[in-house]
Amino acid sequence: MQRTVYRELEGSVGVYGLLVLFGAFVLSGLGAFWYMEHFGHIVTGMNNQIVWGLPHVFAIFLIVAASGALNVASIGSVFGKTAYKPMARMSGLLAIALLMGGLFVLVLDLGRPDRIIVAMTSYNFKSIFAWNILLYTGFMGIVGAYLYLQMERGVPPILLKSVGIFAFGWRLLLTTGTGSIFGWLVAREAYDAAVMAPMFIAMSLSFGLAIFILVAMIVSKVTGRPFGGALLARLGKLLALFAIVVLYFVLVQHLTSLYATEHHSYERFILVDGGIYTFLFWVGHILIGSLVPIGLLYHPTMGKKRPAIILAALLIVLGGLSQIYVIVVGGQAFPLMLFPGYEVQSTFYDGAFGQYVPSFPELVLGLAGVAIALAITIFGMKILKIVPLTLADSAVDPHHEENKAG
Amino acid sequence: MSACDKSSCGCGDNETIDLVAMSRRKFMGGAAAAVTTATLAPGITVMAFGGSTNAAEHKPRWGLLIDVNKCVKDCDACITACSTENGWKEPVDLLRDAQWIRKVTLKDKKSGFEQYLPVMCQHCAEPPCVDVCPTAASFRRADGIVLVDKHLCIGCRYCMMACPYQARSFIHEPLSDQKEYAPRGKGTVESCTLCVHRVDVGGTPACVEACDATGNGAMMFGNLNDPESAIAKRIAEYPSSQIRADLGLDPGVRYTNL
Repeated sequence: MQRTVYRELEGSVGVYGLLVLFGAFVLSGLGAFWYMEHFGHIVTGMNNQIVWGLPHVFAIFLIVAASGALNVASIGSVFGKTAYKPMARMSGLLAIALLMGGLFVLVLDLGRPDRIIVAMTSYNFKSIFAWNILLYTGFMGIVGAYLYLQMERGVPPILLKSVGIFAFGWRLLLTTGTGSIFGWLVAREAYDAAVMAPMFIAMSLSFGLAIFILVAMIVSKVTGRPFGGALLARLGKLLALFAIVVLYFVLVQHLTSLYATEHHSYERFILVDGGIYTFLFWVGHILIGSLVPIGLLYHPTMGKKRPAIILAALLIVLGGLSQIYVIVVGGQAFPLMLFPGYEVQSTFYDGAFGQYVPSFPELVLGLAGVAIALAITIFGMKILKIVPLTLADSAVDPHHEENKAG
Repeated sequence: MSACDKSSCGCGDNETIDLVAMSRRKFMGGAAAAVTTATLAPGITVMAFGGSTNAAEHKPRWGLLIDVNKCVKDCDACITACSTENGWKEPVDLLRDAQWIRKVTLKDKKSGFEQYLPVMCQHCAEPPCVDVCPTAASFRRADGIVLVDKHLCIGCRYCMMACPYQARSFIHEPLSDQKEYAPRGKGTVESCTLCVHRVDVGGTPACVEACDATGNGAMMFGNLNDPESAIAKRIAEYPSSQIRADLGLDPGVRYTNL
């Protein structure tokens, strides 16, 4: 294995083109934000029953994926897998960028985004939401320090490893916090479950790695810097494993609910007759977001092919968005049970399924969050020594040739 | 008494509210006539109001008791009164317009028997909205009234996710014609205040007053902590229930004949 050489991205048409493209999305998102802020949330699909809509789906997806994107670095530093170490800087930068993208959407969807300073000065320490604010800012600080130490010369390996372990622990806390935003909601059928926290950790592993693979492929394509096929296949196998772990938690969650009669009507809503939510669950999340990519990645020949791995990662991202849509919006669409055993009716939609159709500005704002994350990633790679000159198999794995021969 | 430095917050922890509470007790008659004083040291005087030795009298817990049997099908006097009093327009866009109080129709799935009852913020002793609010904008006063500090609310809507009673509304568009005692604002969350502006000067919530005016008398307001109050006596005498009692939130709104 040769020494890894990192270089800033060259100022090519491809790199600038990407920045312009992402910048256009970000500007559109700011326009959507201005529109929603000026007229109020009346111009969105959100209402008093579905209070968190598409922007929250994107925001939560990005925040969950952020902690997962750090895994590539953690596998290298915490678990000592040499082949992952050259990708650690990309992993750290992507993690920070995804978190910023998620927070961008979350903040701009607030009813009073101008009061963001209040969220930093007035804390309710019993609120898991307030804890998350600390977890997010802490994550950015710790991963930022981790990234700096990786790029600094003469840093003792023990210090780097210690910070890596700390960052890994923090990311587990962060995703536990994100899952608990739902897990600790006692009132709603869809939430109030401890399994939310570990399920969100599993989701983060899967979504974060899928996005890492896609970003790595885009960068490799645009810059011409090699990315080894064996290394990619190895990431692909890991991605399939993560997707299986997500399915395991989803299975446990629904089986637990199905066992309790009181939850049958909610399960029926999500699994059988919930319309868009049922479709997104079975087709979006389970079929094209899990089974198809897992099949592709474990396939003896397809699983080694670059286009199939890229497609699988893309499907896992789409499946992840579907899954979070079902959790966030579907969970709210099922009515609160104030009077079990009764048919309930009111002018405030008691007993009725929530109605929500995402509006265009919400979609634009959500996509702007993705764009800002990618723009920060590419810009960071452009100005810092993040991306190795080569990630060819022979460069990252000293035993590559032997393995191939063997 | 705990000190509150926010004179406009309405939390009840300030001198003004105490004076108001004193005058209310006097107004409510009888007991307040007896005032015992003891001088501990020059300048330090302990005053005990009323003949009752019940400490709970000094710490009210305001609440409502709703008799579902007396709530009539086509009457919406409580809703109209609340809307007029607090300045939220009667809803046109039912999905998005604020509804601080709504009338719920319950139908027994087997027998088809129907009941009607108003549902509003239940002013829980352990309010989930207060627990989850990141900025402490949602708060519970010492007297049990749950409010939103409109200066601290960032409009995250997490309280709406957490409230088991769907009692809160988000303001989706700019507002005008607000009442000076019930400030509201686009992008913030609001709910029933138990007409705190009336309660703090010894009054009764508008919904209760309106219900009484119809002659139905389905709603009763009072101090749940005062065993001598009409509401506490009624609760002690007759069975009453709480919505989602299983959550253990100890709501300040109770229902009879539900």
